[in-house]
Amino acid sequence: MHLELRGITKVFPGVVANDDINLEIIEGRILGLLGENGAGKSTLMNILYGLYAQTSGEILIDGTPVSFESPSDAIAAGIGMVHQHFMLVPVFTVTENVILGVEPTGSGGRIDYAQGARRIAEISETYNLAVDPSALIEQLPVGVQQRVEIIKVLFRHANVVIFDEPTAVLTPQEVSEFYRIVRQLRDDGKSVVFITHKLKEVLELADDIAVLRRGRIVHTSGPGEHTEQELAEIMVGRAVELVVAKTEAEPGENVLEVRDLVVRDDRNQVVVDHVGFNVRSGEIVGLAGVQGNGQSRLVEALTGLRRSADGSIHLAGDDVTDLSPRDRHRLGIAHIPEDRQKGGLILDFSVAENAVLDTYYDERYSRGLRMDWEAAEADTTMLVEQFDVRTPDIHTPAGSLSGGNQQKIVVGREFNRDFALCIASQPTRGVDVGSIEFIHEQLIAKRDLGAGLLLVSTELDEIMALSDRILVMFAGKIVAEFLPAETDHTKLGLAMAGAYRGEAAP
Amino acid sequence: MSADANSTDHGPLDSQPPNRARTAIGRTLSSDTTREAVIVPGLALFTALLFGAVIIVISDVDNIRRLDNDFLGAIGDSLSNVGTAYWALLRGSLGSVRAVSETLTSATPLIITGLALGLGFRAGMFNIGAQGQMVIGGLLATLVGFGLSMPAVIHIPLALTAGAFGGAIWGYIPGYLKARTGAHEVITTIMLNSIAMLVLQYVLLRDWVRPEGRNTPLSKPIEDSAHLPRLLGFLDRTDLRVHFGLLLALVLVYAVWWLLFRSTLGFEFRALGHNPTSSRFSGMNVTRLTTLVFALSGALAGVAAASQIQGLEPHRATTGFAGAIGFDAISIALLGRMHPYGILAAAVLFGGLRAGGQEMQAVTDVPVDMILIVQSLIVIFIAAPALIRTIYRVRTGEGQHLAGGSI
Repeated sequence: MHLELRGITKVFPGVVANDDINLEIIEGRILGLLGENGAGKSTLMNILYGLYAQTSGEILIDGTPVSFESPSDAIAAGIGMVHQHFMLVPVFTVTENVILGVEPTGSGGRIDYAQGARRIAEISETYNLAVDPSALIEQLPVGVQQRVEIIKVLFRHANVVIFDEPTAVLTPQEVSEFYRIVRQLRDDGKSVVFITHKLKEVLELADDIAVLRRGRIVHTSGPGEHTEQELAEIMVGRAVELVVAKTEAEPGENVLEVRDLVVRDDRNQVVVDHVGFNVRSGEIVGLAGVQGNGQSRLVEALTGLRRSADGSIHLAGDDVTDLSPRDRHRLGIAHIPEDRQKGGLILDFSVAENAVLDTYYDERYSRGLRMDWEAAEADTTMLVEQFDVRTPDIHTPAGSLSGGNQQKIVVGREFNRDFALCIASQPTRGVDVGSIEFIHEQLIAKRDLGAGLLLVSTELDEIMALSDRILVMFAGKIVAEFLPAETDHTKLGLAMAGAYRGEAAP
Repeated sequence: MSADANSTDHGPLDSQPPNRARTAIGRTLSSDTTREAVIVPGLALFTALLFGAVIIVISDVDNIRRLDNDFLGAIGDSLSNVGTAYWALLRGSLGSVRAVSETLTSATPLIITGLALGLGFRAGMFNIGAQGQMVIGGLLATLVGFGLSMPAVIHIPLALTAGAFGGAIWGYIPGYLKARTGAHEVITTIMLNSIAMLVLQYVLLRDWVRPEGRNTPLSKPIEDSAHLPRLLGFLDRTDLRVHFGLLLALVLVYAVWWLLFRSTLGFEFRALGHNPTSSRFSGMNVTRLTTLVFALSGALAGVAAASQIQGLEPHRATTGFAGAIGFDAISIALLGRMHPYGILAAAVLFGGLRAGGQEMQAVTDVPVDMILIVQSLIVIFIAAPALIRTIYRVRTGEGQHLAGGSI
């Protein structure tokens, strides 16, 4: 199936989201649609999927113009989409989810689950997806859930499969598995479009690359024609540093000392198992690990959001093991939460309100019960400038800003005061290249001013680029420690996969 | 309210810090959400009255029967029926000093209880228990009202405080249960409403509470020294019932506004309402805030009840003294978009409908229940703003959420 977009323009009130876009989606090829957050990628794909109507331009399938009133039209035409946020019912089984809306029915309108399950098993077999049709969605890892989404699309006989930021939620292992599946889809004659802002992915996976910037296609090429650096600059529209320069660390005293820490999760399972490490002033310690190996719970314990079952946490010599989050914050722990929308910001609040979200009680911003909004707003204005938050004004709700700008509010808020230790969890997740560069620079600048930083990240590139020391966490334990100069992706990947389990850290 | 000049800077939906640089009008008009907060309720009222008119017409069965042989006459009479009824409604709510007084008298408890619920909603707590909190608060105020004897300057505030205290306790219980155990407040508060009613009935049947010689559930009247004076007492007319509770309500409107938008505590409440996780991550004590907001919400409901008993005849607790105010207040808080000024406006509107409805019933055949229908329709249209937007093609930037989406 040959799909062509011709002169697609989409105007929202006040914004041209897509501007005269011409794009061909060719059978048996993978198209990487690259662009920063807000460049118009998702809008374009939503038009293709029938969620939005284009303002002008047309969509042609095998040369014939078509119009999609709704996603069901697009699905009927053979277009399928795997959304960034999965559209699955957690308490339903794989089969129930996949057949939802296209239930195979037997006599008397009875749903023929067996037939559905059979086809799912077939599809799973064909593409080596290893999905059990009878499994409950909520019990499946994210990577498998994504495969269920893929099955959903194939179950509906899609010839064009669109992936929206498919790797954002995947672990490194799941990512390589995902690549394999996508290639197999292509080899099977499907057309694949994947939307991303990750340069590596495009270079690795795409047969054709289209770069979208401010609603326009600014560039098309094949994978071998440009380097990561060049693509980044085309995407952002200016020179960027993918790896921020930094000098050798000059570590000083311990700012964080963790001894024999044990943390239990909500189901009372031990998820952090007698962990001990330290972070010194003036260094960035990277904590690598596949999502779900206890890093998140460890961070919660360090910041006081979760009680430690055993062990101790010392901040610059003071025992903070039993202090509240607020007290630790006051004593000098800054925290960039892993999910800015769930933990870092209040999206309905203005930029200014978010900028003082954890300092509003400070005498700088309040006297007794009375908030001093003038002071808060004055500081916010400075923060917005200093941290390059692109916002119409400081009264704009944070939720209407792009991911990168939201993250800069969080980073700015934490960095706008003195701290001894910063715990930065996934500080650049879902953030555009320009903002990643900026945030990395800020982290290094704080290090050079003498702060200790604990960088928790599932992005190996980020860990490698920033860390002065690297710890690897696996199954609740710290299983390895590396110096960045002595290690590489392979060694780290092995450690993250548990290769050093049971041995003492090298 | 004018004590703080900045208060006029803020439209009904404003949850943002002040921007002193901009003019009041410019800011109000420039804000889409603010405009929507006025337009949608306004259209909802209009539509509800339209539906009400239809109901007035079709409920006049005799007139409908005439349609066959005297079509125009029947239509004409229908329209004049509606006209008479709505004219009476208007006259009864605004047409005289007495009408205004009645409107404000009805509005007083609705304002305060609306604030109680609005405060809770802002913090993400769906307190359905204002009714029970009123019952307990009113009961305590009554006990203090007839049980003690002292100068009015002490007795009045003491009885009000007792009301607040009773309501606060009854609000604290579901707050504590939610914060500590996660028990859902909708369930617990509904149950506590029933318990409160039973407590009331039990207490009102005690000999030390009942007036002598009565065996129905009823309390002794409170002492004169606990009565809230009438606001228009100087006019020396017995039919002007509006009392100092109204002033108290207005003070509370400003106080709650200040609390929500100018204080650190209100900042915490609003943060909690929008995103409990981020609130916790920011070091806020969510457990404490949850119980506190419930206690405050209950205290307001209790004050509303106390003001009813201290301000109005028969100045005593009966099994029905709280009416359905605690439930009407839910509608009012939603209609007022959980903003104190919006709640004030909504409560006065409902007060007016109630006062006018009495007049309407007296003058025409339209029963006062019609008002309940109109009120309910308003709430339905408010709860489903998409409906109003579709009917009138109101264009707004964004839609579905009810002021902050805390419910």
